[in-house]
Amino acid sequence: MKKIRVRFTKHGAVRYIGHLDVMRYFQKCIRRAKVNVSYSAGYSPHQIMTFAAPLGVGLESEGEYMDIGVEDENPDCAAIKDALNEASVDGIRIKSVKVLPEDAGNAMASVYASSYEITFYDDKKDDCPGTEKVRELIERMNAMDHCVYHKETKKTSRDIDLKEFIYELKVSDSEDNPVINMTINSSSADSIKPGFVMEFMCGLDNIKLPVNALKITRLDMFTQDEEGNLKSLEEVGI
Amino acid sequence: MSSDNLFLSNDILMSVEKPERYIGHEVNSCIKDPDSVRVRFAMCFPDVYEIGMSHLGIQIIYDMLNSFDDVWCERVYSPWVDLDKVMREKNIPLFMLESQTPVKNADFLGITIQYEMCYTNILQVLDLSGIPLESGDRKEDDPIVIGGGPCTYNPEPIADFFDIFYIGEGETRYRELIDLYEKCKDEGCTRDEFLIKAASIPGLYVPRFYNVEYNEDGTLKSFTPAVEGVPAKVRKEVVKNLDDTYYPKKPVVPYIRCVQDRVVLEIMRGCIRGCRFCQAGELYRPVRERSVDKLLDTVYQMLDSTGYEEVSLSSLSSSDYTHLPELLDNLIEECNKRKVNITLPSLRIDAFSLDVMNKVEDIKKSSVTFAPEAGSQRLRNVINKGLTEEDILSGAGQAIQGGWTKFKFYFMLGHPFETDEDIEGIGDLANKVAAEFFEMVPKDKRTNGPISITVSTSFFVPKPFTAFQWAPQCTQDEFIRKAYVCRGGIANQLNQKRIHYNWHDADTSVIEALLARGDRKVSAVIKKVYEKGGIYDAWSDYYKHDRWVKAIEECGLSLDFYAFRERKDDELFPWDFIDIGVSKAFLLKEYKKAARGEITSNCRNKCSGCGAASFGAGICPGVVKSGN
Repeated sequence: MKKIRVRFTKHGAVRYIGHLDVMRYFQKCIRRAKVNVSYSAGYSPHQIMTFAAPLGVGLESEGEYMDIGVEDENPDCAAIKDALNEASVDGIRIKSVKVLPEDAGNAMASVYASSYEITFYDDKKDDCPGTEKVRELIERMNAMDHCVYHKETKKTSRDIDLKEFIYELKVSDSEDNPVINMTINSSSADSIKPGFVMEFMCGLDNIKLPVNALKITRLDMFTQDEEGNLKSLEEVGI
Repeated sequence: MSSDNLFLSNDILMSVEKPERYIGHEVNSCIKDPDSVRVRFAMCFPDVYEIGMSHLGIQIIYDMLNSFDDVWCERVYSPWVDLDKVMREKNIPLFMLESQTPVKNADFLGITIQYEMCYTNILQVLDLSGIPLESGDRKEDDPIVIGGGPCTYNPEPIADFFDIFYIGEGETRYRELIDLYEKCKDEGCTRDEFLIKAASIPGLYVPRFYNVEYNEDGTLKSFTPAVEGVPAKVRKEVVKNLDDTYYPKKPVVPYIRCVQDRVVLEIMRGCIRGCRFCQAGELYRPVRERSVDKLLDTVYQMLDSTGYEEVSLSSLSSSDYTHLPELLDNLIEECNKRKVNITLPSLRIDAFSLDVMNKVEDIKKSSVTFAPEAGSQRLRNVINKGLTEEDILSGAGQAIQGGWTKFKFYFMLGHPFETDEDIEGIGDLANKVAAEFFEMVPKDKRTNGPISITVSTSFFVPKPFTAFQWAPQCTQDEFIRKAYVCRGGIANQLNQKRIHYNWHDADTSVIEALLARGDRKVSAVIKKVYEKGGIYDAWSDYYKHDRWVKAIEECGLSLDFYAFRERKDDELFPWDFIDIGVSKAFLLKEYKKAARGEITSNCRNKCSGCGAASFGAGICPGVVKSGN
């Protein structure tokens, strides 16, 4: 069995498909594409398949990853990519297929960080800060030593320092609707969501964002190389 | 980056449970250019997406209509209660999944009606679509509302809500109906002019063009056409040769897990058995099989186009399909290669089926299912269930020896002519199976654990076009008493600890009876229940019995009349104007034979002259077989 890494996008209507259903989607897509996928042993064999960090419902992505096992000695990555695209819906496109080196960690375990692009939905942007305001807020955040955010989940609540999780935070020159880019920790051990950063940032100026205001696109996912530098999961493949 | 093309806003989609129900864009869903078609058809299953998407009939019609260049057929399902509420609050119309545009834009709204308890959801769909609930109130630009499916064999309780009913199998007459619609459009006909013309297409029933008169006692006095040229009788439509018709080679693949998360392969239509309580067994006569070659060709195309990892054979009684061994040999071999599972519902348990189950399922996980429907041989003869105690015990014995330990038994309580002894027989039968296990399997060989038997009972609902259409239904109190008799009968058994008993709700059973054998007066009840907030009555969480009781009372109707009353032999039934091929005289003869406990042989052993041979199809005598 050889492992291959598939990078795919998720745009438009399919952003409302939950993670488990994306997995089910690919199980079928792989069959339609007649990829020579590897199966586990046992009474009800399942495809050898691992996904990187799940994407929340409602988010779009340019950089989702799945590793699958294939029975080809020398997988024809270009052919697999074409076949998967042929079998896939418009909102899910395969960007690349690469063979993974034997010693590569699987997609799920090796995720360390994710980069996001965030804007405000058109029907909400009037109630959201404009580009200049966002730039000012980001500068304030970048100048702070600690950004303590109160994280509340169904079971627990605790304070976390967002600073430890943010690797990059910037806003690009754009018209009134700001385009914010951030790279944040999304490892399975400890991670934050882009919404936390936005909420904290706006909170600095007592701005309360309307619900569902954020249009979030994940751009890519990264692992950490030996020197501690971020490396796209795609670049791990050969 | 792609545009969304979604009807609902992000705010709404993020606020409802399972937004995937409303986004369309599934693999194999059919997208056409609206400007390239002449007819837009909204095809609706009035229940939640996961239920509706699992229905084969809609998939067949969807595939057929979309194979016509001039038609675009799209899907519509009931919005779940959360979205329903939002749509009402914000005045958002119901929409079609493919184009994500309002249902109101369609030329036709087709609704498949598979069970009575979905009637309030029909009103939900019409209401949310902005279509007047009653046919008579609709305007020229409202879609033509057309109903089909098993419940339309007695369309009367919902007659007011439909412009047309299509009686019978959908494959045969839609082309004709659409041609007529296009012609009427060209000629500038009114809605009524079109409907009058449609009424003369075989199988189509336009309820508005009939006069109904009642006797003083509330029974039907007469049912006659009110408009010239409208037929007095409507004969059901039948596909004569199932190999020579539509079947979806590329069914739509949902994103969320649906009830049928697999390829469904219909191997035959109809059932040879003639159980006297069973409506499907009469409605789908004559029995017609699909050929093995055609089935195999179809199933592999479907697996290729969908990527499903499971296939299920579908029919009323798969064991009666004559080429089952041949079909399964090929299917099992190929599916093993493809790592595709096979599921086989409605198989009679015997050496052959156990052998097959052994090949396709994990014995430790799977269970063996029997549906004797009645606990004693006497009552099984009454209902003409051709299954003897010997069949059951020998099947169960073989399953026990094969290693199975989980057994399920399905029964009905409240059959006509049932006695308490018959009910107590249920416990006896289950006990005998348990005893067989303890006798056959020594203690040290019980590696899969001891036997576990689940007995489930539902309550009998008399249905139109069955031998029991004259029969009274038990009241809820009587049903509950019977369930206690059954439970007592099980508790008295030596092996009672290995037998688990559960029974269904009695309240919905009597309402189902009202809706199944109702007349046009019942439509007022359905409307009232809907106005009181009733939707999703097929879902126990949302079913409110009080609502129905109140509505029945307010309409001046009674369950005594519709459910609990025995009909006279010569009573004119609201559904008598429909001709399903099986004659009323035959059904009455069957009812009388039931009273005497006499059985009728199945279609394959001997023709009983039910009348379905008049279709000249399937296994009926006199039909010329085309080569298979």
